[in-house]
Amino acid sequence: MKHKMILASAAAALLANAAFSGGAFAQEKSVTIASWGGSYQDAQSKALFVPASAAMGVTVKEETYGGMSDVRLQVNTGAVTLDIVVSGSGSAARAGAEGLLEPLDYSVIDVSNFYPGLYDEYCVGGDVFSVVAAWNTETYGENGPQSWADFFDTEKFPGKRAYRGKAAGALEPALMADGVPMEDVYKVLDSEEGIDRAINKIRSIKDHIAVFWSSGAQQAQLMKDGEVDMTTGWNGRFDVAKADGAKVSYTFNQALLDYDCFAVPKGAPNKDLAMQFLAEISKPEYQANLPKYITYGPTNKAAYDLGTIDPAVAMALPSHPDNAAKQLPISLEWYEKWETIADEKYQEMLTE
Amino acid sequence: MTANSMSDTSSTCHSLNATVLKRNAWWEQFAQFGLCSPALLLVLIILVLPVGWLFSVSFVGANGGFSLENYSRMVESKSYYRIFITTFQVSLLSTGLCILIGYPFSYFLSQLPSRLASLCLITVLLPFWTSLLVRTYAWLVLLQRKGLVNDWAIQLGLWEEPIKLVHNMTGTLIGMVHIMLPFLVLPLYNSMKAIDRSYLNAASNLGASPVRIFWTVFFPLSTPGLFAGALIVFVLCLGFFVTPAVLGGGKVIMVSMKIASNIELFVNWGAASALGVILLLLTMIILWFAGRFLGFDRMAGSGVG
Repeated sequence: MKHKMILASAAAALLANAAFSGGAFAQEKSVTIASWGGSYQDAQSKALFVPASAAMGVTVKEETYGGMSDVRLQVNTGAVTLDIVVSGSGSAARAGAEGLLEPLDYSVIDVSNFYPGLYDEYCVGGDVFSVVAAWNTETYGENGPQSWADFFDTEKFPGKRAYRGKAAGALEPALMADGVPMEDVYKVLDSEEGIDRAINKIRSIKDHIAVFWSSGAQQAQLMKDGEVDMTTGWNGRFDVAKADGAKVSYTFNQALLDYDCFAVPKGAPNKDLAMQFLAEISKPEYQANLPKYITYGPTNKAAYDLGTIDPAVAMALPSHPDNAAKQLPISLEWYEKWETIADEKYQEMLTE
Repeated sequence: MTANSMSDTSSTCHSLNATVLKRNAWWEQFAQFGLCSPALLLVLIILVLPVGWLFSVSFVGANGGFSLENYSRMVESKSYYRIFITTFQVSLLSTGLCILIGYPFSYFLSQLPSRLASLCLITVLLPFWTSLLVRTYAWLVLLQRKGLVNDWAIQLGLWEEPIKLVHNMTGTLIGMVHIMLPFLVLPLYNSMKAIDRSYLNAASNLGASPVRIFWTVFFPLSTPGLFAGALIVFVLCLGFFVTPAVLGGGKVIMVSMKIASNIELFVNWGAASALGVILLLLTMIILWFAGRFLGFDRMAGSGVG
């Protein structure tokens, strides 16, 4: 009898406890965000996540992840734990087309001041970076290659080059070097012949390409060690290398304007809250703080008008209006349609 | 007559005995098999099932249904063919170089007094205990255009211009051989240590020259260790990722790297799984041939002693 009493009260306590904690859980608002770690996520955390979490009274759980293949695994197995993921624009577009992402609610997220093309049905831009041509200032002084034609001109600029090991961001420069005007690049690339033309241009200087790089860290290391005289790469990496003593400079002229973005996996546990959180961190006052921690630019133009970004820093950011005007924004539609085909062709060229 | 019947009984006895003995032996085998069933179950769960799953996933196409597209892509596109060639080329060359360096080294070690030999063995083991990434990047620092090797060689007047030692096949092989060498040296040294000295003395007694003793007595006795080591090195090389990715400079593309890029590039796992399946099959075919010509017993190292 006594035993039964104890059991019953224990059960009641457990039930009450469960109900209570369930209630508490529902009240405590939280979103889980996955990014890529390192100095990049540190910057995002300090500029965006922590202040927005304080302003909204939402708990932010930060994680790191391995990219869209993780999201695919979660969505396919029906065990989605992430509310927001940070992604490259191209992979987000493909993941969206594959049905792995929730369409974003732009009645909640205000993108009226965003640069056109820096948000997409499934992904809203978080920071802007450029694919630039960088050169060793010891080899060429300040007058390194000022255009892609220069980069591909091995007589005017003799020296070892490094280039990307896959098609993303590698074909557009080749076409510009081959004389295609910036605004026509994606028109020409929109066919197998156009892709072949770009790849043939790269093939023509393949002997001068010492390394096909595969990561941002590698770009910085190649320039720092003087292993190559010029390379393509992400501007932020070269700024970090320069601050670290590397003899490197780069130009925004004809660079590719690309962005990292935030997406919501299909079936995210706190989908609505995730939309609100994205709306918050897309506001100019948060965006303006990002360049304090990393030299990637805000996606919201209004961030430049607030005056909180140091003018010298602002001038050096990829999305500064003066810099953005010189660049070709990446076309996500092209990547959705052609990336796999282009990459297979690119691999053919690499393995020859 | 009596003798005859006696032999009769003994033969029935004998055959009865044989059946019982046979049954006993069978039971014993069965019981022993039962004893190792937990291990077999483990192998089934962590090896056979995943490989089976890998195999089935490789037939799943982009639309989610059964499809051969992951395999037909490999036939159509020349790059896959070249990637497999590179993979086997790198693995064979690394194994060959490991043997060229590892065999004389192990021989030298096996001739030393054991205390000195253990000391020398540390020179093999110490790098073995160092992180793979650290060693790979160390080679990068040493071999690059403005690296130590080129700097010193130019200062010493060995060559005028920096030569290309890394971000190509040369660098990949240097890095791979350095990392793989212990896997060859350890089994080889063991099998050399196990060779009975009296065989060599006997051969010498019978008038064989040192060269002849080496080739007809010592070398054949050391082959189990050699094959075992070479096999480990070769198979490990086939799936290697880090070293070729860093030291190959994107120019030496191996299957493992293609698997990684296919996972990112294609919307399904099948594209990457199919590569894994083909690599597994090719490896098995090569090992089967090697087994036929060299004998699996020797490759597995059971000839030691």
